[in-house]
Amino acid sequence: MLGASLKRLWHKLGSPRWFFSLTTPWVTFFGWSAALLLLWGAIWGLAYAPADYQQGNSFRIMYVHVPAAMLAQSLYIGMGVAGFIGLVWRMKLTDVAISACLPLGMVVTALALFSGSVWGRPTWGSWWEWDGRTVSTLVLFFLYVGVFALREAIAEAELRARASALIAMVGTVNIPIIKYSVEWWNTLHQPASFSLTQKPTMPSEMWLPLLVMVLGFYCFAGFIVLLRMRSEILQRESNARWARDWIVRRGFS
Amino acid sequence: MIDGATLTPQPLLHATALSCERGGQRLFSPLSLSVLPGDYIELIGENGSGKSTLLRTLAGLHSQFTGEYRSQDALYQGHRLGLDGLLTPLENLAWFAGLEDCPSDRETTLDALDRAGVLVKAYSLCSAMSAGQQRRVAMARWLLSSRKLWLLDEPLTALDASAQGLLGEIIAEHCASGGAAICATHNPIDISNKSELILQADKSGARS
Amino acid sequence: MIRAALVREWQVLLRGRGTVINPIAFLLLTTTLFVIAAPDAMTTAADQSSAVAPGVLWSLVLLTQLLALDSMYRRDFDSGVLEQTLVGAQVPFVAVLIRIFMQWLSTGFIMVGLVPLLGLMLGLSSQALPATALALLLGTPALSLLGSIGASVTVGFNRGGVILALLVLPLFLPTLVFGADMVISAQAGRSVMPQVYALSLISLVALALAPFATLAGLKISLEMQ
Repeated sequence: MLGASLKRLWHKLGSPRWFFSLTTPWVTFFGWSAALLLLWGAIWGLAYAPADYQQGNSFRIMYVHVPAAMLAQSLYIGMGVAGFIGLVWRMKLTDVAISACLPLGMVVTALALFSGSVWGRPTWGSWWEWDGRTVSTLVLFFLYVGVFALREAIAEAELRARASALIAMVGTVNIPIIKYSVEWWNTLHQPASFSLTQKPTMPSEMWLPLLVMVLGFYCFAGFIVLLRMRSEILQRESNARWARDWIVRRGFS
Repeated sequence: MIDGATLTPQPLLHATALSCERGGQRLFSPLSLSVLPGDYIELIGENGSGKSTLLRTLAGLHSQFTGEYRSQDALYQGHRLGLDGLLTPLENLAWFAGLEDCPSDRETTLDALDRAGVLVKAYSLCSAMSAGQQRRVAMARWLLSSRKLWLLDEPLTALDASAQGLLGEIIAEHCASGGAAICATHNPIDISNKSELILQADKSGARS
Repeated sequence: MIRAALVREWQVLLRGRGTVINPIAFLLLTTTLFVIAAPDAMTTAADQSSAVAPGVLWSLVLLTQLLALDSMYRRDFDSGVLEQTLVGAQVPFVAVLIRIFMQWLSTGFIMVGLVPLLGLMLGLSSQALPATALALLLGTPALSLLGSIGASVTVGFNRGGVILALLVLPLFLPTLVFGADMVISAQAGRSVMPQVYALSLISLVALALAPFATLAGLKISLEMQ
């Protein structure tokens, strides 16, 4: 009984149409939350948070850099989890999720690298420093590029979905190992330069805005991913009646 | 294999409403079939009607399909023969035997090669053989296999007249001894007791 | 089945000697080029140790492995051996594992034997040679295993080499880090046990992951035609 209804629910979860109608309110929610949180966090972090006693005002790049770096990693792991579900349960929706996470993830990773570089200029005195986190993020970027290149190379949608799901999964399993090895490398070969974000000593006036920004970034990602997934679903289901109805009702025809 | 109680033979392959897909597009209208021991089925259809894909699906190499099928372990022969060019026919056949875990000795292997007409090539590398000769080695492999269901994709390719006759003989023998074969081909193979399965391109354009 | 697969792999290895010789030649050639391009970085004095040699050695090992990986499944794919393996084999998983093992035997394992020569060329201190050999012995299986995943997905492409590199090289990074660090530590006379554990762990994780992932990748590639 329970098993059967669970199975039905699972099947439903994989149905694009059901997903589409379920997520309609969420797009609005994530969109507005992201706008409010980002605005609030940015004003708080840039204008009201106290300046760092060592770095001065340049530390405020943190409010972009840290959320971007966290999101970059989360999106890849999200792709890996989606890939796992897609491979095991043959769910078509997961490929839509991967195709939505991939470009956003690449952009956010690039943003993390860029903001880190800008932050490094006043702090370390150079645009590029082989810091542990920088290297991890760079490798993450290459992992994204790998999935991207693979998707470009396979023309057949079904096989593209399975191949990129597999590679995203393998990459996700390897992320902790890569991170750990880079940390090891960093502690050995870097003179103990001071870490950019000293979490334990950061006063709450500094990290609370950061928290708001992180939440804002995640809501923004939720907004973009859902938006992209929904437009992808409409495109893939363009022959289905419900999709046409929806488009006509919205007056996009 | 078949115990005495059941007189109706078990089907080697049973498919219901099976249709293969590529890129979300159905290749042919759904078909249902049951293959019993002794059946020889010729798979007919235009280029692109999905003959090869159907055979690959039944062999477990293609996973995009709707409907369902149950089948015994099959012997599949695609366009690529599965012969390693760096090995001799004898070594290739030994590998095939090992793959299926069926016993093989040199004598029976040589007999099979003799039957296929490539005994003289038994000890030369497959890469040095002509396309037709390689096909003959592949036929020797069918003779040695213990699999009941044969899935053959265009087996007549590159065969000369005598080899084509031999091919018909081998398939007929196999079916007579309780096996079955499905064969995708454009030229009919000379076998007396055959049924035809025509694949029709799916016009509905239905997407799953 | 295991026996038949091993026999076949062994026969193919003996007859297609290029699969063994070419990567080795590539490794020695690139090492030579490196030494010639940066003579000051290398030291050939027996009592001194070169600071860049461990990194150069491991980077070139990675590239050599990458080059060899491109052809890992190509021959079997083109000849149809691969599809016959997946259709016919009772346990395709084992066949894949054997293929990976033979690939390692023909590349990584041979590199272990080349350590004295490479050490001489690059100016590794002689006390670091055993640790270098051990590092390669423990680290190169991970390269073959993880590389096999990338090779399985790209074998259906006409030109899969660059994509293979993009897929596989980031995964090689941990092996590179601990492998090179093990050689550096050995040169400095420090304990190499942490690196031994790390490399073994990486190879074990790869062993748990690779055969299943490779099998899935090969199925995808076989469906591409």
